[in-house]
Amino acid sequence: MKTTLGWLKTHLETSATLDAIVGKLVMLGIEVESVIDRAKPLAPFVVARVVEAKRHPDADKLQLCLVDTGQAKVEVVCGAPNARAGMLGVFAPPGAVIPRSGQALKASKIRGVTSNGMLCSGYELMLSDDHTGIIELPEGPQPGESFVKAAGLDDPVLDIKITPNRADCLSVRGLARDLAAGGLGRLEALDAAPVAGTFACPIAVHLAGPDDKACPLFVGRVVRGLKNGPSPVWLQERLTSIGLRPISALVDITNFFTFDLGRPLHVFDADKLEGDLAVRGARPGEHLAALNGKAYELEPGMTVIADARGVLSLGGVIGGESSGCTESTTNVFIEAALFDPVRTAATGRKLAVQSDARYRFERGLDPEFVRPGLEIATRLILELCGGTASEIRVSGAAPEWGRRIRFRPDRVRSLGGVAVAATEQHRILQSLGCAVQETGDHFNVEPPSWRADIEGEACLVEEVLRVHGYDAIPAESLPHAGAVPVPALTPAQRRAGMVRRTLAARGLVEAVSFSFLALKDAILFGGGDPNLKLMNPISADLDVMRPSILPNLLAAVRRNADRGLPDVALFELGPRYRDDTPEGQDLMASGIRAGAVRRKSWDEPPRPASAFDAKADALAALAAAGVSAETVQLEAAAPAWYHPGRSGTLRQGPKVLATFGEIHPAALRSMAVEGPVAGFEVLLDAVPEPRAKGSARPLLRLSPFQPVSRDFAFVVDEAVPAETLLRAARGVDRKLVSEIRLFDLYQGKGLPEGKKSLAISVTLQPVEATLTDAEIEGFAAKLVAAVEKATGGSLRR
Amino acid sequence: MESLDHIRDELLRLVKGATDLEGLEQVRVGALGRKGRLTALLKELGALAPDARKARGAALNQLKDAVEVALAEAHARLSDRALDARLAQERVDVTLPIEAAPAGRIHPVSQTTDEIVAIFGAMGFVVAEGPHIEDDVHNFTALNIPPEHPARQEQDTFYLAATAVDGSRKVLRTHTSPVQIRTMLRQPPPIRIIVPGRTFRSDHDATHSPMFHQVEGLIIDRTTHMGHLKGCLIDFCRAYFGMADLPVRFRPSYFPFTEPSAEVDIGCSREGGGLKIGAGADWLEILGCGMVHPKVLVNCNIDPDEYQGFAFGMGIERIAMLKYGIPDLRTFYESDLRWLRHYGFLPLDVPTLAGGLAG
Repeated sequence: MKTTLGWLKTHLETSATLDAIVGKLVMLGIEVESVIDRAKPLAPFVVARVVEAKRHPDADKLQLCLVDTGQAKVEVVCGAPNARAGMLGVFAPPGAVIPRSGQALKASKIRGVTSNGMLCSGYELMLSDDHTGIIELPEGPQPGESFVKAAGLDDPVLDIKITPNRADCLSVRGLARDLAAGGLGRLEALDAAPVAGTFACPIAVHLAGPDDKACPLFVGRVVRGLKNGPSPVWLQERLTSIGLRPISALVDITNFFTFDLGRPLHVFDADKLEGDLAVRGARPGEHLAALNGKAYELEPGMTVIADARGVLSLGGVIGGESSGCTESTTNVFIEAALFDPVRTAATGRKLAVQSDARYRFERGLDPEFVRPGLEIATRLILELCGGTASEIRVSGAAPEWGRRIRFRPDRVRSLGGVAVAATEQHRILQSLGCAVQETGDHFNVEPPSWRADIEGEACLVEEVLRVHGYDAIPAESLPHAGAVPVPALTPAQRRAGMVRRTLAARGLVEAVSFSFLALKDAILFGGGDPNLKLMNPISADLDVMRPSILPNLLAAVRRNADRGLPDVALFELGPRYRDDTPEGQDLMASGIRAGAVRRKSWDEPPRPASAFDAKADALAALAAAGVSAETVQLEAAAPAWYHPGRSGTLRQGPKVLATFGEIHPAALRSMAVEGPVAGFEVLLDAVPEPRAKGSARPLLRLSPFQPVSRDFAFVVDEAVPAETLLRAARGVDRKLVSEIRLFDLYQGKGLPEGKKSLAISVTLQPVEATLTDAEIEGFAAKLVAAVEKATGGSLRR
Repeated sequence: MESLDHIRDELLRLVKGATDLEGLEQVRVGALGRKGRLTALLKELGALAPDARKARGAALNQLKDAVEVALAEAHARLSDRALDARLAQERVDVTLPIEAAPAGRIHPVSQTTDEIVAIFGAMGFVVAEGPHIEDDVHNFTALNIPPEHPARQEQDTFYLAATAVDGSRKVLRTHTSPVQIRTMLRQPPPIRIIVPGRTFRSDHDATHSPMFHQVEGLIIDRTTHMGHLKGCLIDFCRAYFGMADLPVRFRPSYFPFTEPSAEVDIGCSREGGGLKIGAGADWLEILGCGMVHPKVLVNCNIDPDEYQGFAFGMGIERIAMLKYGIPDLRTFYESDLRWLRHYGFLPLDVPTLAGGLAG
């Protein structure tokens, strides 16, 4: 919504400055997005008269004009075909910055003749798109006068954002009304006195909408014998100031009413109508050639206005070409109606028509301002175009809108947080147009017809606060239940934070990526459920909810590699989606390592990312979530997007806690990522809640006796997993053994084909007495027997 | 018989002449070892007459002491020299570069969320969460946004393709507000929650991303009013930006789920082209808020004549951009390592009120 300060002042008598008005609007809840000062860039331009115009000696298409700038007569070379002696134009002296080019004008020679300035087109001044000729000003101003002043451009434009509830402020008068209530002036009276008709309205309107709500009220009248020429300068200036193009008096008047009073009207050329009008639902197959030059296929449910021949316009949305007014129009039928907001919005949306009328109808118009709007419009049409008006023909009636709200003034204090005297509240509500009746401890308030948004007591509290000023509400810090607050995080949320910072501390960089991705990538990672596809994705490669974070991280690997960063370690803590229910969303901690985890350096060889890096990350994440590695079982199998021989699953019983491994080369190829890449996925939601057992740790019992370490190497079949050996070793004497570490893996010379050697270091920690040699030997024998039995291997000697 | 003075001179000369610990040990053995010269002389004492033995013994002991002192001194000196020699040999080029442990970073969205939780946590809010795939009721209807409401058209909603039996479609939540509804339906007042999380709008340009993060706040009790709303958010803004005098302005606005509603601006200055948060000539909008609409309470089976409270919502990326000077919203989700390392945070830099949040 735009207006100018001068336009606003036609409705508001005020001595307030522009800044005060803007400030008040903002604090009333009417956001002023910008104030456009059109005068500033046009300050150097002056009104000038072309005294003489003659052909340029050396150019057919140029003229030499002698121009009276008010200060001097200067010679100007001009290429405009409409430049001629006697006309008033706009002169740019040397040094003036031309708005369109941003360049300062210099006196220069054109085909041998010096041009001491320029006569400007609307295009050059960025006032219009017209560059076919120079601006011709109407007679009145004197040469040398400021062009800004002569053209009425010294009036600043306010660009205003209106919240969807304030349909009443989609008009200059509505803004003025709110400002007046806010104490910034007095609302000028509006003369809506009826224009007496001199003959009966020959056109009847039959309301037969799709339902009773579609168009409850239609008011119309005919004006005969008018003349539709250009509208007067003041009206043209109003429209151009807010970015509308003047067309003809009749069209300009309807546009003006839409913005000035928030009352869209439609004017039909009465001579193009056939018989009576009907407001009805569109029929299948009907279409409309609209005033915007486009044709629309109509559907049942849309409200149309039709005559005997067919559809004339879409009610509340847009008019039709066939019955539109032209320069030759002499008889018109003026429509002022109420159209259903919901239906208007649906029609406009379906046909993708944005119009100023639709914008207002879909937000709801004042049901009591239909007939007054028509009367005021009639007066202006008669004034500007002449003619005689018929009587008004009213079809239907305004829907019931009145309501009474029980309002306790004390709610302004108890809900709004500021004490405002009841008398002041009464005054504020009245100034907004409410009827207020005080009874005992409450008011009965009847909001005005233009404020359909005021529905209940809370709305009235807002109205009082808004006018009284939000600034006047004293700020109070929240009262505390106690000096120390309760924990803000649940144990699971705290755990997630620990995992995040643990992974980052391990050198992984945290990413945040979209929850959706391309279907083909989703399918690679176990997704692609049609129930998780988006109906309206912003692009085809973001069309399904992600089944895993890994594909997003792999895409990031590719992008970083393309930028010359091949060594990537990324993780993300975020959702994956199994289905579309609230339970189908899991919190995951997933990460990838690509390229080298250790780059080549002078002291160590380089090391590419491997499944073991991912395993270490996954175990570290689980440890941070409170799961110790000893309580987790490892299975050498993982989902299909991992390398089948280099991946694993970490579980507790049947519950999967994490998967890890090298990403399957086929998945990498499909995503155009250079491998190898190792990745992990930890299901944080699967991690069991910590048991509530208090904060005390178990008592630490330190043994005074010396620990003993012994190393054992076993030769086993290549296929025997290390875990089998370790599990057997751990089971020998859980009380005595404090640590078992596998420290060597050897295959090759000295060992039979198909065999490998695994060496472990076992630490024994006696608690009752120092171990004797016999005890150590006894343990060793048991361990060797247990491992040999479990692995089918033998102690390496 | 050799004069003792002569022996002393010679032994001390030998001690002095030793050039390494090995040589010195030979001198010691030659003098004091089992077959050493002094040992031999001491052995001879037993053959002397008692008087002569006493005088001779005293002289010999004196001599022995002197030699032992000299040996100890020489030992210390030569040990030092040997250590110096070893250290000189063990020298490495410490200017060789080390391979720094790879540095991880925390994403600005996570860090900012932790800061927000720290501040509101101190005011007694607890963190609540909810699903990203929502139904129409939680995302719109229960929040007083009926199907035909203009606000529904203005929020560019992502819909899932699948339709339910009743023809409805699931949506990606357009705000974190559905968690208000879920919380109020789950637990009775008093309620004091914040809800940080992912939100989705089908919009993608320089200042919009199809996914971004919001934090929602909700208080429901019997007494919280708009003065508390102002106090709470002013306290938040000043703590978050680390400016005790940051100007904060509340102006009337409209949201379907609050009444009265407000938008909150903080003071800023745009002088010289750059944006600076703090007292200045301009205002910058950072969040929307209001008193929970009675209809929303009713939709959650809470009696609006008994309970009231406020709600607010703000963009996490937005306030992160303002605080940390990050120019482009879209870069948050690109996982560009250069960006993440530049704008990210050290893993152990956990935001706390005790440590201050000024960044």
